[in-house]
Amino acid sequence: MGFDIDNYLTDQTKNNVILHYKGNVDSDVINHILDTVEDKMVQVNEQAKLRKKVYNVLVESLQNLYHHVDKVPDDFEDQTSEKYGLLIVEKVDSGYKIVTGNFVHADNIEKLEEKIKRINRSSHEEIKELYKFILNHQRISAKGGGGLGLVDIARKTGNKLDYTFKQYNDKYFFFYLNILVDEREQV
Amino acid sequence: MEPIIIEGTPKTPTVKFDATEGVFEIKGRSIPENSVEFYKPLVDWLDGYKETPLPKTVVNIRLEYFNTSSSKCILDVFKKLEAIHKAKNEVEVNWYYEEDDEDMLEAGEDYESIIRVPFKMIEIVE
Repeated sequence: MGFDIDNYLTDQTKNNVILHYKGNVDSDVINHILDTVEDKMVQVNEQAKLRKKVYNVLVESLQNLYHHVDKVPDDFEDQTSEKYGLLIVEKVDSGYKIVTGNFVHADNIEKLEEKIKRINRSSHEEIKELYKFILNHQRISAKGGGGLGLVDIARKTGNKLDYTFKQYNDKYFFFYLNILVDEREQV
Repeated sequence: MEPIIIEGTPKTPTVKFDATEGVFEIKGRSIPENSVEFYKPLVDWLDGYKETPLPKTVVNIRLEYFNTSSSKCILDVFKKLEAIHKAKNEVEVNWYYEEDDEDMLEAGEDYESIIRVPFKMIEIVE
């Protein structure tokens, strides 16, 4: 069985996909995706509170891709995208599901996974404190990220970060992040 | 000092910093990929204003969305205001949030807990 991003995704998503993108994630692509999803949510009269949460989480997801993706493996089909990423936005019963995907070099997995695990074992209150701590103590990195994206996503959704690393070859993994933004009241 | 007047775009806010009135405003969406590029001139301008501030400075923050990268830059703006306040000048921050936007209210409360400047949380009811 070879590596196939689309097959994996077909298993993960059902029919209510409102946006599916894979390719280079640059500033124009981000603008276009944000506009498209926002328009679609307005069209279906989505409640303002949920609409704002989805928009916020989408901004952070896309900018995580923009700032942090590793370059694609040498034998990957798309060699032209400098920042290759994947995004799916799907309407689900309780809200919206946002799936992102990007290559991560094997050397960078441990750090990323440790960060996610730290967030996932924290309570909502601890995540708030972690956010404030990073906001106040960490400088913006050379890549332009603030180190707050995942913490902010966990804080705004109130949900655990659901993720998978699928091995591409001995040096690269494809990292999927499944984010649920729902209407459930946070506790 | 020349005022700063920047028209808003879908990704960057409207900014009006007027040293003669002592009223500063940031309004709209702040979600650029490179927030430092946008905010650095504002922070530098505040460094200048800090030298001879008015006895009272009012800051109105009325953001619809802001990304985490902007959140650090906004903190830098507030740190300049904190310095002005610390030098015995009156500074007041009005943090506006839309009705039911608890995330935006919480964001304001985050800053309020970090920065030693009086904040007023103002709900915008439509």
